[in-house]
Amino acid sequence: MTDLGATTAPVASTGTASTLLEFRGVSASYSSYRALFDVSFGVPERGIVALLGSNGAGKSTVARVASGLVPVTGGTVHFSGRDITGMAAHKIAHDGVAHVPEGRGVFSSLTVDENLTLAFRQKVGRKGVPAACDRAYTAFPALVACRRQLGGTLSGGQQRMLSLARVLAVTPRLLIVDELSLGLAPVVIDSVYEGLLAIRDSGCALLVVEQQVDRALAIADSAILLAHGSVAWTGAASGASSAMEELLASRQMTVSGDAATNHSPSGVHTGA
Amino acid sequence: MSNFLNYAIPGIPQGCEYALIAVGLVLTFRATGVFNLAFGAQAFAAAFAYDLLNQYEHWSQLWAFIAAVLVISPALGLALDRFLFRHIPTASTTAKVLSTIGLLIAIPFMIPILFGTAPRTEIGFLWLSPRIVYFHLYQTPLNGTVIATTVITLGVVAALVALFRWSSIGLQMRAVVESRRLAQLEGVNASAVAAGAWALSSALAGLAGVLMLPQSQTLDPTSTLSFTTLLVAGLTAAALASFRSLPLALMWSLVLGVVSNLLVWLLPSGSVLQQNVAPALPFVVLVGVLLFNPRIRNLEQNSDPMASVDPPPPPPSVQIRDRRLDIPVKWGWRLLLAGFVVSSLTWLPDNWVFPFALGVVFSIIFLSITLITGMAGQLSLCQATFAGVGGFFAGQMAAHFGVPILLGAVLGGVVAAGVGVLVALPALRLSGLPLTLVTLAFAIFADQVLFQYSWSGGGDTGVSAPRPGGPVSFAIGPDGDSHFLILLMIILAVVMGGVALVMKGTVGRYLAAIRGSQTAAASLGISLTRAKITVFALSAGIAGLGGALYASTQTQVGAGDFGYEFSLVWVVAVITTGAMTLEGAIQAGMGLAVFQQILNLYVPARFTGIEFVLFAVGTLTYAQHPEGIVEYQKTRWMNRIAKLFQRYDERRGRATPGTTVSTPGSTTTAQLVGPGASAAQLAAPGAPGA
Amino acid sequence: MPDGALTATPLLEARAVSKRFGGVQALHGVTLSVDPGEIFGLVGPNGAGKTTLFNCLCGQLRPDGGSVRFDGQTIDHLPTYKRARLGIGRTFQRIEVFPELTVRDHLMVAARAHQGDGALWKDLLNLSNPKPKEKAIVEAVLEMVRLQDVAEVPVAALSLGHCRLVELGRALAGEPRLLMADEPSSGLDVAETQALADTLLHVRREHGTAVILVEHDLDMVSQVVDRVIVLDFGQQIAAGTLEEVLTDPVVRKAYLGKTA
Repeated sequence: MTDLGATTAPVASTGTASTLLEFRGVSASYSSYRALFDVSFGVPERGIVALLGSNGAGKSTVARVASGLVPVTGGTVHFSGRDITGMAAHKIAHDGVAHVPEGRGVFSSLTVDENLTLAFRQKVGRKGVPAACDRAYTAFPALVACRRQLGGTLSGGQQRMLSLARVLAVTPRLLIVDELSLGLAPVVIDSVYEGLLAIRDSGCALLVVEQQVDRALAIADSAILLAHGSVAWTGAASGASSAMEELLASRQMTVSGDAATNHSPSGVHTGA
Repeated sequence: MSNFLNYAIPGIPQGCEYALIAVGLVLTFRATGVFNLAFGAQAFAAAFAYDLLNQYEHWSQLWAFIAAVLVISPALGLALDRFLFRHIPTASTTAKVLSTIGLLIAIPFMIPILFGTAPRTEIGFLWLSPRIVYFHLYQTPLNGTVIATTVITLGVVAALVALFRWSSIGLQMRAVVESRRLAQLEGVNASAVAAGAWALSSALAGLAGVLMLPQSQTLDPTSTLSFTTLLVAGLTAAALASFRSLPLALMWSLVLGVVSNLLVWLLPSGSVLQQNVAPALPFVVLVGVLLFNPRIRNLEQNSDPMASVDPPPPPPSVQIRDRRLDIPVKWGWRLLLAGFVVSSLTWLPDNWVFPFALGVVFSIIFLSITLITGMAGQLSLCQATFAGVGGFFAGQMAAHFGVPILLGAVLGGVVAAGVGVLVALPALRLSGLPLTLVTLAFAIFADQVLFQYSWSGGGDTGVSAPRPGGPVSFAIGPDGDSHFLILLMIILAVVMGGVALVMKGTVGRYLAAIRGSQTAAASLGISLTRAKITVFALSAGIAGLGGALYASTQTQVGAGDFGYEFSLVWVVAVITTGAMTLEGAIQAGMGLAVFQQILNLYVPARFTGIEFVLFAVGTLTYAQHPEGIVEYQKTRWMNRIAKLFQRYDERRGRATPGTTVSTPGSTTTAQLVGPGASAAQLAAPGAPGA
Repeated sequence: MPDGALTATPLLEARAVSKRFGGVQALHGVTLSVDPGEIFGLVGPNGAGKTTLFNCLCGQLRPDGGSVRFDGQTIDHLPTYKRARLGIGRTFQRIEVFPELTVRDHLMVAARAHQGDGALWKDLLNLSNPKPKEKAIVEAVLEMVRLQDVAEVPVAALSLGHCRLVELGRALAGEPRLLMADEPSSGLDVAETQALADTLLHVRREHGTAVILVEHDLDMVSQVVDRVIVLDFGQQIAAGTLEEVLTDPVVRKAYLGKTA
């Protein structure tokens, strides 16, 4: 693998050695409802890519396709050079793709300890669990006090921290975070985003799905704009704002979105 | 003291039997998310398999045991997961319970069909014979069965607790039950874990079945529902453990076993307490626990955070009817009806009039299910009980006070409505699974206790109910029966009209709202209490009326006619044909009666009960097609025909005249005018509005 | 604290409302009052107790202390549906629509429940068809939330944005005097949020409906509300107009962090 060095804009077509995750002409749907149409982009091995778009543009669907939860109806997905289209989600997770989903993202019926143990057992085996838990509690000291609390009784911010702790004790190769800031107070979002930078520094690639455009662009190297299930623009983060203005002006991003991420009314909620 | 122990100690192996059921229910619920009422049926199947291999194929006891418990039972569980439960992860607990009820009914009927009905006898078990007493504990003889049951139960439960709480696989099972998708993101192979959970729970069912074999000594496939006492005790212990804790389920089972034995000792035999109160006690305890255990009320609280990944169960299929089809359909029904009336008065053979009369009566009773399950969304497993209340009341009134049967039927409906209100009172706090279990407890209670008294169901002798008197003959025999059939059809039409009016009226709208979201309905000013009581009363009243008419049709009914298994079968039948429409009830009612008659006349006795298997199929698809599999197919075909018409129009260059759109359960039927409103757009779930 | 500034009788008054869940004190004696026709904002970080307060005001939860008065009448003992009949409408943080019903059905059942004159005997005598008054309300609301085009579509087929509007319409069809909206813009995009804000202002202008709004989207809040209070850890830490509150150092520290 060539050393990436400076960040590059996502390459939308052929896979190069520097591309970790690649979508080639991906289409996806939820039962009869089509959510993605011919989506192509690449996420490099280092750095942060922001995935932006209005509500229902298909961002969460992209995240779910990448982690294997939603099957593709056309096109292929590649991770680290291998074709992972159609691979089972748990295998993709073992390969090094970590997905922090939107919404609650933790098991309500398990304690904080059990949430962590479950995740770490899969990744580092039984022997590695205590060390991994230590690392997690060191990184998120606020969780130590709630070790034995059930995940469902934590506040929204604590749940989000737990989700991150779960994926981080073993640094993944690609971390996908979906709407991390939804429902959190600004001061909490600050600390969470600092955490993301730390993750990036430890060698992990990030795909940040966000509606809060400013936050995401502040830390991202490049951006992908989705509209109505298709890629509307890709390029360096600095150019994203003006691209969004243009799209807004040409009314491509204002029509209320499709039902893909939101067809289940309980699918999106904040943890107040 | 030693007397106390003499009675207490035998309670322990008794309690172990309860524990097998209780722990099985709790384990299945916690490992798979499904409340498996068919646990007993699975146990029975395993017992049957063991006996088949041991007695008839002459396998050794050990190998037969291993095959039945460790191979066949888990295989059945894997099949259930693979073909049924894996496809409905987002269904509600009630929908999943319904599937298990379908299995509970189907399995016991499938077995005699496949393996014959000769009851087995002389069943041995492992190396411990039931007849040899190995030693005494405080004067209590402990034979092979007792020892085996106790030791194995305690050992297995201990192992399961260890597995569930502390092992990695147990943690994975608990995670997968809450959210398959989230578990997959963690690297857990959710499908494998879920399959393993079903295999484990089914193996436990198999063990339960084989362990309880020696008690029964015979294995009559057609009486599997004689697991009733065990079921009630097991349910009670599981409820006391809040359906959550395995060790508590075991503990409470043992307590119940000991206590029930002690009661036998403490209560003087023949006393009022012993004869009347003692049999009712288990039900009182069960219902009490269900009502007052706060953890049970919150049973379904942990919703899957990744629920939006799997599309929600599709809304009941939208039927697009081309207006040109409306006319043939309407006239089709009218012709059918007219033909029916004419035939029954003229050429219909006698042996068909009676089943048709039964069919009409069933249809009336089933309309009560349309109300309570289709409209109010509550799974009630005691509709046969309400029918029994009405039937017995009318019969007793006729027999003791000479009240004319039709008046008695109406009064019976009123009395049943009152009983319905009593059952509704707990409904005010509960819904979903706990409410369903309360209705089941009530049904079993009525079956075993309430209807056995001479003033109600008349015990073994039953109650007689005459045909209506009057100028026209309704007596049994030619002409009499057909007149009665006409009368029944008139009553059915009246009831149908009433239910239709309720469905499209205020009560129907409020119930539709409550079905959608109780919280939101309350926030609109809808009184949930009033709505629930109203619908329970109406539903019970209609069932009671139907029950009285049933009694009159049969002219003699007993407790066995309104047993709780009928409640289960009837619910299953209506769910299959469609619980949300009026036609669904009629189709189920007439279908059941006609089917049974056809089987009686033309099909060998070996296939008795196959109609129940067929009707049970619908519950397996309930989660995906809550409007009923028959209704779903009908809608599909109607939509296809509508599309054919559209294509025909397009080819001829004609504009499509207006179409009608309706959803079963919706109170409005909208008119869409113009070719722009494409039917296909609206039929696909998830499509944005036009 | 400038929360009794207007002289009219407050429409809703909550005094020292407290609620405890197990070991956690979710609300510490929160006091607020909303005047008729006022749009009132309730902001605060996650876990501050906003939805808990809503649930106490609407009757889904019984507070441990304090009292709630609506239009001068104490409503502490009233269950949710009776408070609704007094004129309190509500939308929910997690969407609670009736999936099988069409949009029109939603509005119709809300209008019917508010008029409150449906009954079983009327159903049986076929007297329960939609009345002209109900139909008029439904049409007006459909227009207000701009859902005329999808009026006949079962709500399960609509997007989240439309569902939020349906919920809003449903609450409005009950002709409430007070509308309580819990994070109504959550999950909506820019255009949808703007439409929502416009609708709230319109409702207040045309019908004099008061609104209590829980929101995280401060832009939207600044457009519509007259006054806010800020909750943090179940306690009120500030009250006043949005500008006043945003310049309060306590609030900035607790909620806005350094990006304000």
